[in-house]
Amino acid sequence: MRQYANVISAYAIMIILIILVGVFQSWNVALTILNFCLISAVMTMGANIQWGYAGLINFGIMGYTALGGLAAVLVSAAPVSEAWAAGGIQMIVCAGIIVGIVFSVRYVLKKIEKSKKRNYIIAGIIIIGLIVLRLIAGPATEHIEAVNPAKTGFLGGLGMPILFSWIVGAFFAGGLAYIVGKVALGLRADYLAIATLLISEIVIAVIKHEDWLSRGVKNVIGLKRPVPYEVDLQNTPWFVDLVEKFHSGKLKMINSITERQDVLNQLVIDASSVYVKLCLAGLFLIVVFILLIITQKALYSPWGRMMRAIRDNDEAANAMGKNVVKEHLLIFILGSAVVGIAGAMMVTHDGLFTPGSYRPMRYTFLIWVMVIVGGSGNNFGAILGGFVVWFLWIESAPMALFLINFFTSHLPETNAIKMHLINTAPYFRFLTMGIALLLIMRYRPRGILPEKIIKQ
Amino acid sequence: MDLLNAVILLLNYIIVPALSYGSQLALGAIFVTLIYGILRFANFATGDMMSFGTMFAVLLTFYLQSIGVSLGFLPTALITIPFAIIMMILYMLTIDKFVFSYYRIKKSPPVQLAMVSIGVMFVTQALVRIVIGPFDRRFLDGEKFILKAIEFKEMTGLNEGLTIKSTQLITIVITIIVVSILFWFLNKTKTGKSMRAYSDNEDLALLSGIDPKRVVMITWMIAGVLATIGGVLYGLDKSFKPFVYFNNMLPIFAAAIVGGIGNPFGAFLGGYVIAFAEIFITYAYKKFFMYLLPESLEPDSLMQLLSTDYKFAVSFSILVIVLLFRPTGIFKGRVL
Repeated sequence: MRQYANVISAYAIMIILIILVGVFQSWNVALTILNFCLISAVMTMGANIQWGYAGLINFGIMGYTALGGLAAVLVSAAPVSEAWAAGGIQMIVCAGIIVGIVFSVRYVLKKIEKSKKRNYIIAGIIIIGLIVLRLIAGPATEHIEAVNPAKTGFLGGLGMPILFSWIVGAFFAGGLAYIVGKVALGLRADYLAIATLLISEIVIAVIKHEDWLSRGVKNVIGLKRPVPYEVDLQNTPWFVDLVEKFHSGKLKMINSITERQDVLNQLVIDASSVYVKLCLAGLFLIVVFILLIITQKALYSPWGRMMRAIRDNDEAANAMGKNVVKEHLLIFILGSAVVGIAGAMMVTHDGLFTPGSYRPMRYTFLIWVMVIVGGSGNNFGAILGGFVVWFLWIESAPMALFLINFFTSHLPETNAIKMHLINTAPYFRFLTMGIALLLIMRYRPRGILPEKIIKQ
Repeated sequence: MDLLNAVILLLNYIIVPALSYGSQLALGAIFVTLIYGILRFANFATGDMMSFGTMFAVLLTFYLQSIGVSLGFLPTALITIPFAIIMMILYMLTIDKFVFSYYRIKKSPPVQLAMVSIGVMFVTQALVRIVIGPFDRRFLDGEKFILKAIEFKEMTGLNEGLTIKSTQLITIVITIIVVSILFWFLNKTKTGKSMRAYSDNEDLALLSGIDPKRVVMITWMIAGVLATIGGVLYGLDKSFKPFVYFNNMLPIFAAAIVGGIGNPFGAFLGGYVIAFAEIFITYAYKKFFMYLLPESLEPDSLMQLLSTDYKFAVSFSILVIVLLFRPTGIFKGRVL
């Protein structure tokens, strides 16, 4: 038990902090923070699988998150039948052509010996394929985007429950990771970082600008939730009764009936959003627990030992007969798939997909701060990092505002410096993140909860 | 006549903008490559360091404008560059002393230094936004155009106009001056040679009595000059917005790697490769072909290879292709 003391105390502090937010700010805010902490925890677990287990540096987290989000749209949005009629078949043909190009290039690579002729044939196949694609897809996308552009203008999804997308998102992200891994995994660590960062930017560019697929910067809104809606809850008798019972003491103090009804209405509205957030938090917690159990088992299995061996000395591992390239690719896919789940979870939470909001600062570098701060190689550390850093990220602006007001309280309200500082309070979150990262890297380079090797 | 029109069209819409954009990228790419070659890490704070230097130039320009100082037809910001450079170098040396030097002395792996540079990136970004705010700021004054489209048309009697903005010419001229001084310094002076030796083989350089502290300090100073000038030129040409500067880090990295990381000359050319590729591939050639082809063959579509939305994606794809087929870059990297 003693060896877990620091884990337990760290999590206890974190939960107390969130409860304090609930008491002092509002339960709604606290639960939103908790939900995003859980989503961040899933992301950090994905990054931790790659970095902590295998030492692979993946700065493309943003791309996999966005693909997970895209999966949520493609699974749950209602299909747009007119758009399918306008250009759906052409799009399927295009997908077929892309597959055809890939396979014919592979066939050529296998069958023809390495020569100039082979290069010309491959270049020819790709160029002709692209021209054909352009000719078929060009008009089709125009037709699709012309279908009721203010509301749809895209092919829509399958109209299935959004929970499926958590799995589909994992497959999407894993598929992309397979391609990226094949291309980039041979690179040295810092090259790999830059290459994955830039590839994720390409993915975002495609999602942003292929309107027929994802509506691009027009955003997809109103995705179906797996949990009840606030408005429905407010009209459900059992929920209203529950709220009344919960607050009966407070309600009894009020004498006038109309006043009591008003107070009750307000309480029901508050409680409904809290209830929805609690349901989501429950779903997210299930995912986090399942992933935690799987990753813990994997980390302390023979496979996990092999991964650590590859991380610490890949040449020795190679000499022992381990296929380093294959294992690297596998773990790259697994980690990215976990990030894909998180991406789908996030879109589920928000109920909307906004490709324009995917920026490397928030979705790549922040996640890396979480991994480093929490403790790479330790799943509990990674989850804790997600919690701590997300909490700081959200709460540093209010804290900065408080500190600014505290230190400038002797200045008049119209003081230029004071006004400037108050206006820039939101940017103190970057400062907090940077300083937290630098301090941890300097004084506790293995994170808050360092990696623990259990001797069996 | 049509041929001339077509050439002017290309000059106006592709070559002149690409040359100035390429120069701005080139300065940043040399900055990245110097840090990579001598200090041996990928500096993710590149874009934000550039915006940090530019911030001082912008603030001082606003001050000078308010007290009525100007350079006539040249932008006022040019006077402020030396001051901004000094502030930038001071900042870089401070960061190096308190952050990077610890890991350098410990001989940490490059990945760890790259992670640390992400911390520096966060801090720098925060400082810039706290001091000047995240907004778009234009600080260009003086004469805007050297050659206006209408004047050019009247002069030559052609259909197509050629516009040259003063910032474009300033960018190209300053880049040429800075880069030639830099190459002279690296190749001819003793300090420059010691830097190249240090980058080539650290242990041998130490054995032959090169002071590593001095090399590192001079590297940061040169980096400060390059970052500030590159940032100010970009800001003059477009505008100053911290977020855009952060994003510019990506094509700059692409330029440095395409040119062969660690190789300043490669980085210099890499900047132009990226800039030309971005603009060549996303330009709509319809008008160009209308001049060249007979009427019966005129194209209906825009004749655009990729829409301009994919401008950044083009440079990244080039990078991926280069990494795949020639990981050392077009011009052999890793020798300074």
